[in-house]
Amino acid sequence: MTNTIAEVKKPILSLKDLSIAYDKKYAVKNVSVEIKKNTVTAIMGPSGCGKSTLLRALNRMHELYENISTEGEAFLNGKNIYDMSPIKLRRHMGMVFQRPNPFPTMSIYDNVIAGYKLNGIRTKKKERDEIVERSLRDVALWDEVKDSLFKKGTFLSGGQQQRLCIARALAFSPEVILMDEPTSALDPVATSKVEDLLVKLKENYTIVLVTHNMSQAARISDYSLFMYLGELVEYGKTKNMFTNPIDPRTEEYLTGKFG
Amino acid sequence: MKSTFAWKDHTSRRLLKDKAVLVGVVVLSLITISPIVLIISKLVVEGYQQISLDFLIENTPDTFEAMTAVANGENIPGGIANGIVGTLLMVVLASAIAIPIGVLTGIYLYENQGKFMANLTRNISDILQGVPSIVLGLISYLWVVKHITNGFSALAGSVSLAIMMLPMIVRSTEETLKMIPQTLKEAALALGVPYHKVILKVLVPTGFSGLSTGILLGISRILGETAPLLLTALGSSIINLDITQPTSAVPLLIWEFYNDPNMIGLIWSSSLLLMAIVLILNIVSKQIAGKRN
Repeated sequence: MTNTIAEVKKPILSLKDLSIAYDKKYAVKNVSVEIKKNTVTAIMGPSGCGKSTLLRALNRMHELYENISTEGEAFLNGKNIYDMSPIKLRRHMGMVFQRPNPFPTMSIYDNVIAGYKLNGIRTKKKERDEIVERSLRDVALWDEVKDSLFKKGTFLSGGQQQRLCIARALAFSPEVILMDEPTSALDPVATSKVEDLLVKLKENYTIVLVTHNMSQAARISDYSLFMYLGELVEYGKTKNMFTNPIDPRTEEYLTGKFG
Repeated sequence: MKSTFAWKDHTSRRLLKDKAVLVGVVVLSLITISPIVLIISKLVVEGYQQISLDFLIENTPDTFEAMTAVANGENIPGGIANGIVGTLLMVVLASAIAIPIGVLTGIYLYENQGKFMANLTRNISDILQGVPSIVLGLISYLWVVKHITNGFSALAGSVSLAIMMLPMIVRSTEETLKMIPQTLKEAALALGVPYHKVILKVLVPTGFSGLSTGILLGISRILGETAPLLLTALGSSIINLDITQPTSAVPLLIWEFYNDPNMIGLIWSSSLLLMAIVLILNIVSKQIAGKRN
Protein backbone atom coordinates (compact mmCIF):
# COMPACT_ATOMS: atom_id res chain seq x y z
CA MET A 1 0.00 0.00 0.00
CA THR A 2 1.35 3.38 -0.88
CA ASN A 3 -0.48 5.74 1.43
CA THR A 4 1.24 8.93 1.99
CA ILE A 5 0.22 10.55 5.20
CA ALA A 6 0.01 14.21 4.47
CA GLU A 7 1.86 16.48 6.75
CA VAL A 8 -0.63 17.51 9.36
CA LYS A 9 0.11 19.64 12.35
CA LYS A 10 -3.00 19.42 14.48
CA PRO A 11 -5.25 16.55 13.42
CA ILE A 12 -8.84 16.79 14.58
CA LEU A 13 -9.58 13.30 13.33
CA SER A 14 -7.09 10.53 13.12
CA LEU A 15 -7.73 6.99 11.97
CA LYS A 16 -5.36 4.16 12.74
CA ASP A 17 -5.59 0.96 10.73
CA LEU A 18 -9.33 1.28 10.48
CA SER A 19 -10.99 -1.68 8.78
CA ILE A 20 -14.69 -2.29 8.34
CA ALA A 21 -16.25 -5.49 7.13
CA TYR A 22 -19.80 -6.41 6.18
CA ASP A 23 -20.38 -10.12 6.65
CA LYS A 24 -16.59 -10.58 6.86
CA LYS A 25 -16.10 -8.89 3.48
CA TYR A 26 -13.86 -5.89 3.92
CA ALA A 27 -15.28 -2.62 2.62
CA VAL A 28 -12.54 -0.53 4.20
CA LYS A 29 -9.06 -1.95 4.72
CA ASN A 30 -6.43 -0.60 7.11
CA VAL A 31 -7.02 3.07 6.53
CA SER A 32 -4.76 5.42 8.47
CA VAL A 33 -5.37 9.10 7.98
CA GLU A 34 -5.01 12.33 9.90
CA ILE A 35 -7.45 15.08 9.05
CA LYS A 36 -6.54 18.65 9.80
CA LYS A 37 -8.76 21.15 11.52
CA ASN A 38 -10.54 23.81 9.44
CA THR A 39 -10.01 22.11 6.14
CA VAL A 40 -12.21 20.54 3.51
CA THR A 41 -11.11 16.96 2.92
CA ALA A 42 -12.58 15.11 -0.03
CA ILE A 43 -12.89 11.34 -0.19
CA MET A 44 -12.85 10.24 -3.83
CA GLY A 45 -12.98 6.95 -5.60
CA PRO A 46 -15.09 4.79 -7.89
CA SER A 47 -18.44 3.32 -6.73
CA GLY A 48 -18.09 0.62 -4.13
CA CYS A 49 -14.62 1.67 -3.05
CA GLY A 50 -15.74 2.09 0.56
CA LYS A 51 -15.79 5.87 0.70
CA SER A 52 -19.31 6.14 2.12
CA THR A 53 -18.60 3.38 4.61
CA LEU A 54 -15.48 5.19 5.76
CA LEU A 55 -17.44 8.42 6.18
CA ARG A 56 -20.18 6.69 8.14
CA ALA A 57 -17.62 4.99 10.33
CA LEU A 58 -16.59 8.44 11.56
CA ASN A 59 -19.89 9.07 13.32
CA ARG A 60 -20.64 5.37 13.75
CA MET A 61 -23.67 5.47 11.46
CA HIS A 62 -22.27 2.34 9.78
CA GLU A 63 -23.25 0.42 12.88
CA LEU A 64 -26.88 0.65 11.78
CA TYR A 65 -26.16 -2.01 9.19
CA GLU A 66 -26.24 -5.61 10.27
CA ASN A 67 -23.27 -7.94 10.66
CA ILE A 68 -20.78 -5.14 10.67
CA SER A 69 -17.39 -5.44 12.27
CA THR A 70 -14.95 -2.64 12.91
CA GLU A 71 -11.24 -3.02 13.61
CA GLY A 72 -8.65 -0.40 14.35
CA GLU A 73 -9.09 2.93 16.00
CA ALA A 74 -10.38 6.40 15.25
CA PHE A 75 -9.83 9.48 17.36
CA LEU A 76 -11.68 12.76 17.54
CA ASN A 77 -9.45 15.31 19.28
CA GLY A 78 -7.52 12.45 20.80
CA LYS A 79 -10.54 10.58 22.13
CA ASN A 80 -11.32 7.16 20.72
CA ILE A 81 -14.70 7.47 19.06
CA TYR A 82 -15.39 3.77 19.49
CA ASP A 83 -15.25 4.24 23.26
CA MET A 84 -17.68 7.16 23.19
CA SER A 85 -21.42 6.76 23.18
CA PRO A 86 -22.58 7.10 19.56
CA ILE A 87 -25.27 9.50 20.69
CA LYS A 88 -22.73 11.92 22.14
CA LEU A 89 -20.31 11.41 19.28
CA ARG A 90 -22.94 12.33 16.71
CA ARG A 91 -23.56 15.65 18.39
CA HIS A 92 -19.92 16.52 17.67
CA MET A 93 -20.12 15.21 14.10
CA GLY A 94 -22.86 16.69 11.98
CA MET A 95 -23.91 14.75 8.92
CA VAL A 96 -25.42 15.80 5.60
CA PHE A 97 -26.81 13.22 3.22
CA GLN A 98 -27.04 12.72 -0.54
CA ARG A 99 -30.64 13.76 -0.79
CA PRO A 100 -32.02 16.63 1.24
CA ASN A 101 -33.98 15.05 4.10
CA PRO A 102 -35.69 17.73 6.18
CA PHE A 103 -38.24 16.37 8.64
CA PRO A 104 -41.53 16.67 6.73
CA THR A 105 -43.67 17.24 9.82
CA MET A 106 -41.60 20.17 11.03
CA SER A 107 -41.37 23.84 10.08
CA ILE A 108 -38.13 25.40 8.85
CA TYR A 109 -37.51 26.73 12.34
CA ASP A 110 -38.15 23.37 13.98
CA ASN A 111 -35.96 21.59 11.44
CA VAL A 112 -32.99 23.76 12.35
CA ILE A 113 -33.55 23.28 16.06
CA ALA A 114 -34.48 19.59 15.65
CA GLY A 115 -31.28 18.36 17.28
CA TYR A 116 -32.20 20.14 20.48
CA LYS A 117 -35.91 19.39 20.34
CA LEU A 118 -35.62 15.70 19.58
CA ASN A 119 -32.95 15.23 22.21
CA GLY A 120 -35.06 17.03 24.78
CA ILE A 121 -32.32 19.60 25.43
CA ARG A 122 -33.97 22.55 27.13
CA THR A 123 -33.20 25.96 25.75
CA LYS A 124 -34.72 29.37 26.27
CA LYS A 125 -36.70 30.81 23.41
CA LYS A 126 -34.16 33.57 22.93
CA GLU A 127 -31.34 31.04 22.69
CA ARG A 128 -33.31 28.99 20.19
CA ASP A 129 -34.02 32.04 18.07
CA GLU A 130 -30.32 32.86 18.09
CA ILE A 131 -29.29 29.33 17.14
CA VAL A 132 -31.80 29.24 14.29
CA GLU A 133 -30.76 32.63 12.95
CA ARG A 134 -27.03 31.90 13.25
CA SER A 135 -27.35 28.50 11.57
CA LEU A 136 -29.51 29.83 8.75
CA ARG A 137 -27.16 32.77 8.22
CA ASP A 138 -24.23 30.36 8.12
CA VAL A 139 -25.82 28.54 5.20
CA ALA A 140 -26.92 31.79 3.52
CA LEU A 141 -30.56 30.82 3.82
CA TRP A 142 -31.67 33.38 6.39
CA ASP A 143 -32.61 36.12 3.94
CA GLU A 144 -34.55 33.66 1.80
CA VAL A 145 -36.63 32.14 4.60
CA LYS A 146 -36.76 34.66 7.44
CA ASP A 147 -40.37 35.53 6.61
CA SER A 148 -41.51 31.93 6.35
CA LEU A 149 -39.73 30.29 9.26
CA PHE A 150 -42.90 28.54 10.34
CA LYS A 151 -43.72 27.02 6.98
CA LYS A 152 -42.90 23.39 6.35
CA GLY A 153 -39.30 22.78 5.33
CA THR A 154 -40.46 20.55 2.51
CA PHE A 155 -41.87 23.56 0.61
CA LEU A 156 -38.37 24.79 -0.15
CA SER A 157 -36.53 24.00 -3.38
CA GLY A 158 -34.07 21.09 -3.43
CA GLY A 159 -31.05 23.34 -3.02
CA GLN A 160 -32.66 25.29 -0.20
CA GLN A 161 -33.66 22.04 1.49
CA GLN A 162 -30.07 20.82 1.37
CA ARG A 163 -28.84 24.08 2.88
CA LEU A 164 -31.53 23.70 5.54
CA CYS A 165 -30.15 20.24 6.30
CA ILE A 166 -26.66 21.73 6.59
CA ALA A 167 -28.07 24.37 8.96
CA ARG A 168 -29.65 21.56 11.00
CA ALA A 169 -26.22 19.94 11.30
CA LEU A 170 -24.62 23.28 12.23
CA ALA A 171 -27.09 24.04 15.01
CA PHE A 172 -25.14 21.89 17.46
CA SER A 173 -21.91 23.69 16.52
CA PRO A 174 -20.29 20.35 15.70
CA GLU A 175 -16.55 20.04 15.30
CA VAL A 176 -16.71 18.05 12.11
CA ILE A 177 -19.33 17.98 9.38
CA LEU A 178 -19.54 14.80 7.35
CA MET A 179 -21.09 15.10 3.92
CA ASP A 180 -22.08 12.17 1.76
CA GLU A 181 -22.23 13.51 -1.81
CA PRO A 182 -24.23 16.54 -0.68
CA THR A 183 -24.73 17.97 -4.16
CA SER A 184 -25.46 14.83 -6.17
CA ALA A 185 -29.21 15.53 -6.13
CA LEU A 186 -28.90 19.24 -6.87
CA ASP A 187 -28.86 21.29 -10.07
CA PRO A 188 -25.70 23.20 -11.07
CA VAL A 189 -26.80 26.53 -9.59
CA ALA A 190 -27.72 24.98 -6.23
CA THR A 191 -24.50 22.95 -6.35
CA SER A 192 -22.33 26.00 -6.76
CA LYS A 193 -24.13 27.71 -3.87
CA VAL A 194 -23.47 24.75 -1.60
CA GLU A 195 -19.83 24.61 -2.74
CA ASP A 196 -19.30 28.29 -1.97
CA LEU A 197 -20.85 27.64 1.38
CA LEU A 198 -18.47 24.79 2.21
CA VAL A 199 -15.45 26.96 1.47
CA LYS A 200 -16.85 29.58 3.83
CA LEU A 201 -17.79 27.07 6.51
CA LYS A 202 -14.28 25.68 6.88
CA GLU A 203 -13.32 28.84 8.77
CA ASN A 204 -15.22 27.47 11.73
CA TYR A 205 -15.70 23.81 10.99
CA THR A 206 -13.85 20.84 9.60
CA ILE A 207 -15.53 19.25 6.62
CA VAL A 208 -15.12 15.72 5.32
CA LEU A 209 -16.85 15.27 2.01
CA VAL A 210 -17.50 12.17 -0.06
CA THR A 211 -17.78 13.03 -3.72
CA HIS A 212 -18.09 11.34 -7.06
CA ASN A 213 -17.37 14.56 -8.77
CA MET A 214 -13.64 15.02 -9.29
CA SER A 215 -13.90 18.62 -10.40
CA GLN A 216 -15.85 19.37 -7.24
CA ALA A 217 -13.04 17.89 -5.16
CA ALA A 218 -10.52 19.96 -7.13
CA ARG A 219 -12.57 23.14 -6.68
CA ILE A 220 -13.25 23.08 -2.98
CA SER A 221 -11.08 20.61 -1.09
CA ASP A 222 -7.74 21.25 0.56
CA TYR A 223 -6.87 17.61 1.03
CA SER A 224 -8.01 14.56 -0.88
CA LEU A 225 -8.17 10.88 -0.17
CA PHE A 226 -8.29 8.51 -3.08
CA MET A 227 -9.74 5.13 -2.26
CA TYR A 228 -9.87 2.04 -4.40
CA LEU A 229 -11.35 -1.36 -3.43
CA GLY A 230 -11.44 -0.40 0.23
CA GLU A 231 -7.83 0.70 0.35
CA LEU A 232 -6.54 4.18 0.81
CA VAL A 233 -4.40 4.62 -2.27
CA GLU A 234 -3.28 8.16 -1.84
CA TYR A 235 -3.77 11.01 0.58
CA GLY A 236 -2.36 14.48 0.24
CA LYS A 237 -2.96 18.07 -0.72
CA THR A 238 -5.58 18.23 -3.42
CA LYS A 239 -3.41 20.46 -5.59
CA ASN A 240 -0.54 18.00 -5.52
CA MET A 241 -2.78 15.02 -6.14
CA PHE A 242 -4.40 16.55 -9.19
CA THR A 243 -1.19 17.88 -10.70
CA ASN A 244 1.23 15.20 -9.69
CA PRO A 245 -0.37 12.00 -8.40
CA ILE A 246 2.05 9.52 -6.87
CA ASP A 247 0.17 6.28 -7.39
CA PRO A 248 -0.55 5.16 -10.97
CA ARG A 249 -4.10 4.17 -9.94
CA THR A 250 -4.83 7.70 -8.81
CA GLU A 251 -3.58 9.06 -12.09
CA GLU A 252 -5.69 6.59 -14.06
CA TYR A 253 -8.81 7.51 -12.07
CA LEU A 254 -8.22 11.23 -12.31
CA THR A 255 -7.63 11.04 -16.04
CA GLY A 256 -10.82 9.05 -16.51
CA LYS A 257 -9.33 5.68 -17.39
CA PHE A 258 -11.73 4.00 -14.93
CA GLY A 259 -14.33 4.83 -12.29
CA MET B 1 -54.07 3.18 -51.43
CA LYS B 2 -54.17 -0.51 -51.95
CA SER B 3 -52.69 -2.57 -49.20
CA THR B 4 -49.69 -4.55 -50.25
CA PHE B 5 -50.16 -6.99 -47.37
CA ALA B 6 -52.16 -10.13 -47.65
CA TRP B 7 -54.09 -9.85 -44.39
CA LYS B 8 -57.76 -9.04 -43.99
CA ASP B 9 -58.86 -5.84 -42.31
CA HIS B 10 -60.49 -6.75 -38.97
CA THR B 11 -60.71 -3.23 -37.63
CA SER B 12 -64.50 -2.96 -37.51
CA ARG B 13 -64.81 -6.29 -35.74
CA ARG B 14 -62.22 -5.19 -33.21
CA LEU B 15 -64.01 -1.93 -32.55
CA LEU B 16 -67.19 -3.89 -31.93
CA LYS B 17 -65.39 -6.16 -29.48
CA ASP B 18 -63.96 -3.11 -27.78
CA LYS B 19 -67.45 -1.71 -27.27
CA ALA B 20 -68.76 -5.02 -25.93
CA VAL B 21 -65.98 -5.14 -23.34
CA LEU B 22 -66.66 -1.54 -22.34
CA VAL B 23 -70.36 -2.30 -21.82
CA GLY B 24 -69.44 -5.38 -19.79
CA VAL B 25 -67.12 -3.40 -17.55
CA VAL B 26 -69.70 -0.69 -16.92
CA VAL B 27 -72.49 -3.17 -16.18
CA LEU B 28 -70.39 -5.22 -13.79
CA SER B 29 -69.21 -2.06 -12.00
CA LEU B 30 -72.83 -1.01 -11.56
CA ILE B 31 -73.61 -4.43 -10.11
CA THR B 32 -70.73 -3.96 -7.66
CA ILE B 33 -71.94 -0.63 -6.35
CA SER B 34 -75.64 -1.51 -6.39
CA PRO B 35 -75.76 -3.33 -3.01
CA ILE B 36 -74.44 -0.32 -1.08
CA VAL B 37 -76.79 2.02 -2.93
CA LEU B 38 -79.73 -0.30 -2.27
CA ILE B 39 -78.83 -0.71 1.41
CA ILE B 40 -78.42 2.98 2.07
CA SER B 41 -81.59 3.95 0.20
CA LYS B 42 -83.62 1.28 2.01
CA LEU B 43 -82.28 2.43 5.41
CA VAL B 44 -83.01 6.07 4.64
CA VAL B 45 -86.52 5.41 3.33
CA GLU B 46 -87.51 3.14 6.21
CA GLY B 47 -85.54 4.78 8.98
CA TYR B 48 -85.68 8.52 8.60
CA GLN B 49 -89.07 9.06 10.31
CA GLN B 50 -87.78 7.65 13.58
CA ILE B 51 -84.65 9.83 13.61
CA SER B 52 -85.13 12.79 15.93
CA LEU B 53 -83.46 14.31 18.95
CA ASP B 54 -85.37 11.89 21.20
CA PHE B 55 -83.98 9.00 19.22
CA LEU B 56 -80.48 10.09 20.20
CA ILE B 57 -81.05 11.01 23.87
CA GLU B 58 -83.74 8.62 25.13
CA ASN B 59 -83.37 5.05 26.27
CA THR B 60 -85.07 2.17 24.50
CA PRO B 61 -88.82 1.93 25.15
CA ASP B 62 -90.27 -1.22 26.64
CA THR B 63 -92.18 -3.50 24.36
CA PHE B 64 -95.59 -2.40 25.71
CA GLU B 65 -94.97 1.30 24.98
CA ALA B 66 -93.86 0.38 21.50
CA MET B 67 -96.93 -1.82 20.95
CA THR B 68 -99.29 0.97 21.98
CA ALA B 69 -97.59 3.49 19.72
CA VAL B 70 -97.68 1.14 16.76
CA ALA B 71 -101.37 0.37 17.40
CA ASN B 72 -102.17 4.11 17.38
CA GLY B 73 -100.15 4.60 14.19
CA GLU B 74 -97.61 6.82 15.95
CA ASN B 75 -93.81 6.77 15.94
CA ILE B 76 -92.33 4.44 18.54
CA PRO B 77 -91.29 6.61 21.52
CA GLY B 78 -87.82 6.62 23.05
CA GLY B 79 -84.50 6.14 21.38
CA ILE B 80 -81.25 4.26 21.52
CA ALA B 81 -79.18 6.47 23.81
CA ASN B 82 -78.21 3.45 25.93
CA GLY B 83 -76.83 1.77 22.80
CA ILE B 84 -75.00 4.85 21.55
CA VAL B 85 -73.35 5.48 24.92
CA GLY B 86 -72.50 1.79 25.32
CA THR B 87 -70.96 1.59 21.85
CA LEU B 88 -68.92 4.72 22.52
CA LEU B 89 -67.77 3.40 25.90
CA MET B 90 -66.71 0.05 24.52
CA VAL B 91 -65.05 1.47 21.39
CA VAL B 92 -63.06 3.96 23.45
CA LEU B 93 -62.02 1.26 25.90
CA ALA B 94 -61.15 -1.19 23.11
CA SER B 95 -59.09 1.50 21.37
CA ALA B 96 -57.30 2.31 24.62
CA ILE B 97 -56.32 -1.34 24.87
CA ALA B 98 -55.58 -2.08 21.21
CA ILE B 99 -53.87 1.10 19.97
CA PRO B 100 -50.82 1.10 22.27
CA ILE B 101 -50.28 -2.65 21.93
CA GLY B 102 -50.89 -2.61 18.17
CA VAL B 103 -48.68 0.39 17.43
CA LEU B 104 -45.82 -0.96 19.55
CA THR B 105 -46.10 -4.38 17.92
CA GLY B 106 -46.10 -2.72 14.49
CA ILE B 107 -42.92 -0.82 15.41
CA TYR B 108 -41.36 -4.06 16.58
CA LEU B 109 -42.18 -5.77 13.27
CA TYR B 110 -40.84 -2.82 11.28
CA GLU B 111 -37.58 -2.78 13.21
CA ASN B 112 -36.98 -6.51 12.92
CA GLN B 113 -37.72 -7.26 9.28
CA GLY B 114 -36.87 -10.81 8.32
CA LYS B 115 -36.13 -12.03 11.82
CA PHE B 116 -37.73 -15.21 13.07
CA MET B 117 -39.67 -13.79 16.02
CA ALA B 118 -40.97 -10.88 13.96
CA ASN B 119 -42.13 -13.17 11.16
CA LEU B 120 -43.81 -15.42 13.69
CA THR B 121 -45.55 -12.45 15.31
CA ARG B 122 -46.70 -11.12 11.93
CA ASN B 123 -48.10 -14.48 10.88
CA ILE B 124 -49.89 -15.00 14.18
CA SER B 125 -51.33 -11.51 13.95
CA ASP B 126 -52.60 -12.32 10.45
CA ILE B 127 -54.19 -15.51 11.74
CA LEU B 128 -55.82 -13.53 14.54
CA GLN B 129 -57.49 -11.41 11.88
CA GLY B 130 -59.16 -14.54 10.56
CA VAL B 131 -60.50 -15.76 13.89
CA PRO B 132 -64.32 -15.63 13.82
CA SER B 133 -65.62 -12.83 16.02
CA ILE B 134 -67.92 -15.15 17.96
CA VAL B 135 -64.83 -17.11 19.04
CA LEU B 136 -63.24 -13.91 20.30
CA GLY B 137 -66.45 -13.35 22.25
CA LEU B 138 -66.15 -16.80 23.78
CA ILE B 139 -62.53 -16.19 24.76
CA SER B 140 -63.38 -12.88 26.35
CA TYR B 141 -66.27 -14.58 28.13
CA LEU B 142 -63.87 -17.12 29.61
CA TRP B 143 -61.19 -14.58 30.52
CA VAL B 144 -63.13 -11.54 31.63
CA VAL B 145 -66.76 -12.44 32.29
CA LYS B 146 -65.93 -15.54 34.34
CA HIS B 147 -62.78 -14.37 36.10
CA ILE B 148 -62.49 -10.60 36.22
CA THR B 149 -65.88 -8.93 36.25
CA ASN B 150 -67.79 -12.02 37.39
CA GLY B 151 -70.62 -11.20 35.06
CA PHE B 152 -71.37 -9.68 31.67
CA SER B 153 -69.62 -6.34 31.33
CA ALA B 154 -68.51 -3.54 29.05
CA LEU B 155 -64.91 -4.50 29.82
CA ALA B 156 -65.46 -8.01 28.49
CA GLY B 157 -67.00 -6.56 25.33
CA SER B 158 -64.10 -4.16 24.92
CA VAL B 159 -61.53 -6.93 25.30
CA SER B 160 -63.11 -8.96 22.51
CA LEU B 161 -63.34 -5.87 20.29
CA ALA B 162 -59.74 -4.90 21.10
CA ILE B 163 -58.51 -8.33 19.97
CA MET B 164 -60.41 -7.78 16.73
CA MET B 165 -58.82 -4.38 16.12
CA LEU B 166 -55.33 -5.46 17.04
CA PRO B 167 -54.19 -7.14 13.80
CA MET B 168 -55.42 -4.23 11.68
CA ILE B 169 -53.48 -1.72 13.75
CA VAL B 170 -50.35 -3.89 13.78
CA ARG B 171 -50.40 -4.25 10.00
CA SER B 172 -51.16 -0.62 9.23
CA THR B 173 -48.44 0.57 11.62
CA GLU B 174 -45.84 -1.69 10.03
CA GLU B 175 -46.87 -0.79 6.46
CA THR B 176 -46.92 2.92 7.26
CA LEU B 177 -43.47 2.89 8.84
CA LYS B 178 -42.10 0.94 5.87
CA MET B 179 -43.20 3.74 3.55
CA ILE B 180 -41.18 6.35 5.45
CA PRO B 181 -37.83 6.87 3.74
CA GLN B 182 -34.84 5.42 5.57
CA THR B 183 -33.02 8.74 5.11
CA LEU B 184 -35.34 10.40 7.61
CA LYS B 185 -34.39 7.92 10.29
CA GLU B 186 -30.73 8.44 9.44
CA ALA B 187 -31.14 12.21 9.65
CA ALA B 188 -32.46 11.92 13.18
CA LEU B 189 -29.87 9.36 14.29
CA ALA B 190 -27.09 11.52 12.84
CA LEU B 191 -28.24 14.33 15.14
CA GLY B 192 -27.46 12.09 18.07
CA VAL B 193 -31.10 11.39 18.82
CA PRO B 194 -31.53 8.20 20.86
CA TYR B 195 -33.27 5.36 19.15
CA HIS B 196 -36.57 5.44 21.07
CA LYS B 197 -36.94 9.15 20.43
CA VAL B 198 -36.31 8.65 16.71
CA ILE B 199 -39.26 6.30 16.65
CA LEU B 200 -41.60 8.30 18.87
CA LYS B 201 -40.73 11.81 17.71
CA VAL B 202 -39.83 11.34 14.04
CA LEU B 203 -41.23 8.11 12.61
CA VAL B 204 -44.59 8.06 14.37
CA PRO B 205 -45.42 11.75 13.68
CA THR B 206 -44.32 11.36 10.05
CA GLY B 207 -46.51 8.30 9.65
CA PHE B 208 -49.33 9.78 11.68
CA SER B 209 -51.84 9.91 8.83
CA GLY B 210 -51.18 6.28 7.97
CA LEU B 211 -51.51 5.22 11.58
CA SER B 212 -54.75 7.10 12.04
CA THR B 213 -56.18 5.63 8.85
CA GLY B 214 -55.50 2.14 10.18
CA ILE B 215 -57.00 2.98 13.55
CA LEU B 216 -60.14 4.53 12.05
CA LEU B 217 -60.67 1.53 9.79
CA GLY B 218 -60.21 -0.72 12.83
CA ILE B 219 -62.82 1.27 14.74
CA SER B 220 -65.29 1.20 11.89
CA ARG B 221 -64.81 -2.55 11.74
CA ILE B 222 -65.67 -3.12 15.42
CA LEU B 223 -68.51 -0.60 15.52
CA GLY B 224 -70.92 -3.04 13.96
CA GLU B 225 -69.76 -6.17 15.73
CA THR B 226 -72.62 -8.00 17.37
CA ALA B 227 -71.70 -11.61 17.93
CA PRO B 228 -68.90 -11.15 20.50
CA LEU B 229 -70.97 -8.59 22.39
CA LEU B 230 -73.86 -11.04 22.81
CA LEU B 231 -71.52 -13.22 24.86
CA THR B 232 -69.77 -10.44 26.76
CA ALA B 233 -71.59 -7.12 27.12
CA LEU B 234 -75.04 -8.74 26.97
CA GLY B 235 -77.05 -5.51 26.75
CA SER B 236 -78.81 -3.10 29.05
CA SER B 237 -82.01 -1.07 28.84
CA ILE B 238 -80.47 1.92 30.57
CA ILE B 239 -77.36 4.02 30.03
CA ASN B 240 -74.43 2.39 31.80
CA LEU B 241 -71.02 3.93 32.33
CA ASP B 242 -69.65 1.29 34.71
CA ILE B 243 -67.29 -0.93 32.78
CA THR B 244 -67.93 -3.86 35.10
CA GLN B 245 -71.66 -3.88 34.33
CA PRO B 246 -73.64 -5.20 31.38
CA THR B 247 -73.84 -2.57 28.67
CA SER B 248 -75.83 -2.06 25.53
CA ALA B 249 -74.51 -1.26 22.07
CA VAL B 250 -76.18 -0.15 18.85
CA PRO B 251 -75.71 -3.48 17.04
CA LEU B 252 -76.97 -5.33 20.13
CA LEU B 253 -80.10 -3.18 20.10
CA ILE B 254 -80.66 -3.94 16.43
CA TRP B 255 -80.56 -7.63 17.32
CA GLU B 256 -83.02 -7.07 20.20
CA PHE B 257 -85.40 -5.06 18.01
CA TYR B 258 -85.28 -7.80 15.43
CA ASN B 259 -86.43 -10.30 18.05
CA ASP B 260 -89.31 -8.15 19.29
CA PRO B 261 -92.16 -7.80 16.78
CA ASN B 262 -93.29 -4.52 18.40
CA MET B 263 -89.94 -2.85 17.93
CA ILE B 264 -89.40 -3.68 14.25
CA GLY B 265 -89.79 0.02 13.42
CA LEU B 266 -86.61 0.87 15.30
CA ILE B 267 -84.40 -1.54 13.36
CA TRP B 268 -84.17 0.72 10.33
CA SER B 269 -83.37 3.91 12.15
CA SER B 270 -80.75 2.22 14.35
CA SER B 271 -79.14 0.61 11.32
CA LEU B 272 -79.22 3.92 9.50
CA LEU B 273 -77.38 5.60 12.37
CA LEU B 274 -74.77 2.84 12.59
CA MET B 275 -74.31 2.82 8.83
CA ALA B 276 -73.90 6.59 8.79
CA ILE B 277 -71.18 6.52 11.46
CA VAL B 278 -69.28 3.72 9.73
CA LEU B 279 -69.57 5.50 6.40
CA ILE B 280 -68.31 8.78 7.84
CA LEU B 281 -65.36 7.05 9.51
CA ASN B 282 -64.48 5.38 6.24
CA ILE B 283 -64.69 8.62 4.30
CA VAL B 284 -62.61 10.46 6.89
CA SER B 285 -59.92 7.78 6.88
CA LYS B 286 -59.82 7.79 3.08
CA GLN B 287 -59.41 11.57 3.17
CA ILE B 288 -56.52 11.31 5.59
CA ALA B 289 -54.90 8.59 3.51
CA GLY B 290 -55.41 10.65 0.35
CA LYS B 291 -53.75 13.69 1.90
CA ARG B 292 -50.67 11.62 2.62
CA ASN B 293 -50.31 10.63 -1.01
